[in-house]
Amino acid sequence: MSQTNLRISGGRIRRDRPIAFTFNGHRYAGYEGDTLASALLANGVDVVGRSFKYSRPRGVMGMGAEESNAIVQLGATDATEVPNVRATQQALYDGLVARSTNGWPNVNFDLMGLVGALAHRLMPPGFYYKTFMRPAFLWQSYETLIRKAAGMGSSPVAPDVDRYDHMNHSVDVVIVGAGPAGLAAALAAGKTGATVILVDEQEEVGGQLLHRQAKIDGMLGADWVEQALAILLSLPNVTVMARTTATGYHDHNFITLHERVSDHLADQAPEQSVRQRMHRVRAQSVLLATGAIERPLVLANNDVPGCMLASAVSAYIKRYAVMPGKDLVLMTAQDDGYRAAIDWHDAGHKVVAIIDARVTAGDDCTQAARSRGIAIFPQSGVIEVIGTTRVKAVKVAALSPNGEQVVGNTQTLICDTLAMSGGWSPAIHLSCHTGAKPEWREDIAAFVPGLTVQKQWLAGSVKGDFRLADCLSTGSEAGNATAAFCGFTSTDAVPHQWQVDDWDDGPAMAYFHVPHTKATSRAPKQFVDFQTDVTAAGIEMATREGYESIEHVKRYTAMGFGTDQGKTGNINGMAITARALGKTIPETGTTIFRPNYTPVTFGAVVGRHSGQLFDPERYTALHRWHLAREAVFEDVGLWKRPRYFPLAGETMDEAVARECLATRNGVGILDASTLGKIDIQGNDAREFLGRVYTNAWAKLAVGKCRYGLMCGEDGMVFDDGVTACLADNHFAMTTTTGGAARVLEWLEHYHQTEWPDMEVYFTSVTDHWATITLSGPQSRALLAEVSDGIDLSGDAFKYLDWRQGSVAGVPARVFRISFTGELSFEINVQAHYAMHVWEAIFALGDRFGLTPYGTESMHVLRAEKGFIITGQDTDGSVTPFDLGMGWCVSDAKPFSYIGKRGMARQDCIRTDRKQLVGLLTVDPNQVLQEGAQAVDDPEQTIPMTQLGHVTSSYFSHCLQRSIAMGFIRNGHARMGDIVYYPNLDGTATAAEICSPVFLDPEGARQHV
Amino acid sequence: MLYIHCPYCEEHRSEEEFHYKGQAHIARPDDPDNCTDVEWADFIYRRDNPRGEHKEQWYHTVGCRKFFNAIRDTQSYEIKTTYKVGEQPDMAAGIVTGQQGSNAS
Repeated sequence: MSQTNLRISGGRIRRDRPIAFTFNGHRYAGYEGDTLASALLANGVDVVGRSFKYSRPRGVMGMGAEESNAIVQLGATDATEVPNVRATQQALYDGLVARSTNGWPNVNFDLMGLVGALAHRLMPPGFYYKTFMRPAFLWQSYETLIRKAAGMGSSPVAPDVDRYDHMNHSVDVVIVGAGPAGLAAALAAGKTGATVILVDEQEEVGGQLLHRQAKIDGMLGADWVEQALAILLSLPNVTVMARTTATGYHDHNFITLHERVSDHLADQAPEQSVRQRMHRVRAQSVLLATGAIERPLVLANNDVPGCMLASAVSAYIKRYAVMPGKDLVLMTAQDDGYRAAIDWHDAGHKVVAIIDARVTAGDDCTQAARSRGIAIFPQSGVIEVIGTTRVKAVKVAALSPNGEQVVGNTQTLICDTLAMSGGWSPAIHLSCHTGAKPEWREDIAAFVPGLTVQKQWLAGSVKGDFRLADCLSTGSEAGNATAAFCGFTSTDAVPHQWQVDDWDDGPAMAYFHVPHTKATSRAPKQFVDFQTDVTAAGIEMATREGYESIEHVKRYTAMGFGTDQGKTGNINGMAITARALGKTIPETGTTIFRPNYTPVTFGAVVGRHSGQLFDPERYTALHRWHLAREAVFEDVGLWKRPRYFPLAGETMDEAVARECLATRNGVGILDASTLGKIDIQGNDAREFLGRVYTNAWAKLAVGKCRYGLMCGEDGMVFDDGVTACLADNHFAMTTTTGGAARVLEWLEHYHQTEWPDMEVYFTSVTDHWATITLSGPQSRALLAEVSDGIDLSGDAFKYLDWRQGSVAGVPARVFRISFTGELSFEINVQAHYAMHVWEAIFALGDRFGLTPYGTESMHVLRAEKGFIITGQDTDGSVTPFDLGMGWCVSDAKPFSYIGKRGMARQDCIRTDRKQLVGLLTVDPNQVLQEGAQAVDDPEQTIPMTQLGHVTSSYFSHCLQRSIAMGFIRNGHARMGDIVYYPNLDGTATAAEICSPVFLDPEGARQHV
Repeated sequence: MLYIHCPYCEEHRSEEEFHYKGQAHIARPDDPDNCTDVEWADFIYRRDNPRGEHKEQWYHTVGCRKFFNAIRDTQSYEIKTTYKVGEQPDMAAGIVTGQQGSNAS
């Protein structure tokens, strides 16, 4: 079918710019200015998708964010696909490709449709819970099938080729919604000089003014919008953003604006452009002019394609120059709905009848209809729609005055379109986001935003002021009020009074559910929530089954759980629930909406923080060297550390074996720059160290280093490291690589909040110093070649001494400490000298067999010596005594240091705590799994009695056997016992409990 | 995302610059060694969980690295005031989010 058959004159489309697009594999034509929905209507595409549960054919129902049927998967390629796009909000562009979200195998022949039609009586609310719960292990299989059949949009399978970004703003006023109220507000606030951002989710600003007949100051709505926009664009303090949705209103007036920058241009964003941008705005004040959403009426078969919201009918005719059909019946409960019939008639098509649930309608709308010869059926209802893939006719009957019973005979009216106007629900969604509870207003039968702690103002329909004149006046007032709140006052002596020429709408009827001649449970389906296929009968059944709270009813029936969050359905569903329970709507509960207002792509959420920019990366000063040497890196916190340096063709195990042996037999070199380093100064620095470490610091002399354990107040180890005394009031602390920031915060916390009178200063110097570790029997000889001013002899420079001198001509602090058990020197130089020093050492290294090693070898070498790594061998539940490190705990310190009291708790002095021990597998070639649990009896039936887990486990090439450390309950008293580590295959690995020091227990290798 | 006034920087900054540090005014006992296990557990574990005003500690992690206190309503998330360590809140002068918009029109 050609679109021209359904196009009429007028509208805001660009007829000079035709566009080709593809929907469900068929090619169609539209115009620039169309949405995908308007173009589909223009091409006579009635069925745009299938429903979620019953797989019923569905057509376009609305024209904006409220749309719950025309949900599509957009995108020509896997890399540009976007799921869950509302066709009503997607601008048409040349080459657009979309397909129905629901409908498998396809929308026109739908297997599930048959199932749904045959089995609908078998699919009550809670069907999935009731049917697929048993046996539980099959749920995953069920779920896969259910999801495929139901269709919830599919995740794109290829990486997104587009770019997205974020932008931060700080402004005086954010105005959400650029309909009459929002535009009036922006004009008022903008003229005061306040910084204003005005956003609207549609392709252009104006809201309903773009399709309304009413005049403002003698101008047609669309002309007035154009004039207002021109004024706003001339104000440098005002930013106007169309196709930008305020998706979330967060605490303290933080609001997220989702701008679809180039979604209207092409399948993929143009070069140099992002596809979408998330604006993060901190506003002094927020003005919600979000308008209202029209409700459909709940009546039998109200989901047949051709059933539309009345306001959407007007919008398609006036904005997009599309006739959604030929013969219209309007079912309404308010004057406003009449506008759709008038627009339809004035476009030259037939209005069969206006069916009004009310006894009397307002004078203006009645007059407008009568003067056009349109028949009005007062106190009547469309009780059923006839048709499957398109409306063919409607059944109409007279109703009781309250609209709850059918009282007359039924007659059938032939038509192809049913416009429904149940009333307007203020778009209160954003106002709910920070927790404000909506308030029910009986006079307009609607929820309005409740009291809030945010700096929030309201204008227009969102606060229940539906009349155009009121939208404009409340807009002006709120615009001035927000500006005044921010310190900007209007220079206009008298605010502008808009002259509005519009109908005077009479009162609406609180009307939601049109009865049928049959009981609701026997009548054809009366849909409440179109996206999740919730019907009036389903809600009534839920209440019969005992669900009384609206929150429970929603979860049981899935009402409001679609991607539209129940924008059209929730109020109708609450009204039906309330009636079924014999309560009022506010007694039944309120409906709370949460961010986001409409679905947001992951791209917009992530912005630039993806791929390489997902997380910051930290490099040491020697990173380039490691890269050139083709190191394999591992992530330690944000750091990239060389894990090992493979030679050509080497596996990790081979490289680690070579690096370990070279270090034990010659000399190895390690880039240890990532160690956290904190410079501590002040007269009370020494006392402070004594309070945060478990051991004694009072007597540490200048020129000496000491290893320390840090515990929490609970007595549990959380970090360790070596601290050197540089001067009596000056110390250099090292922390674990990953713990640096936490330790600094810990020190500052105690200093600032517990002991503020102590004179002590902490400075993070992690990045200022590079640390190069030489380790191995040849380290002294090598260092002697490159250093000056340090007597390296064993007598002059003892283990746990540090010396100031120069290395490779550069000032250096050299620490004689060891994490390998070998003779070791940690050379600290200013980071920008690091490469020079490293290369100078390498220039001399060949003679000594100098071998770079990475973190993997470091782990093996330290494990051979039983040295712990906090975070690997500790997990926040072990005391120093559990680690067998009671030697590092002082009893003599006068101050009750952090951790002392915690370690003395009853639970910490039990003798049967899990304790760190060494583990030697009986078969020396078997390497235990880290994390494996020990048991005494491998034959015990499950659940077995667990003794503790393996924390570190390696194959030691130096010892030619496997070694491990791990926790064993009461392990320190069980040396020599055999424990078992059950494997997945039913076998168990036997290991002997031993000291964790596997190599050189007397320390001869490092004391040379 | 909260907007927090740092009493040291004297500026409002976004929550992502701060770390939450739990209930404020938890003093370390003067004589830990003579605390009972129950008293020690009270100090390290037991905290109030009020619905309403809560005095809590924050750390301006990526700003001035100072710890300070805030009075925050745990229901509305309003921050009534922030004040330095060692000070008492000045509720009259320090209210950060005073009169609310209350849908004024």
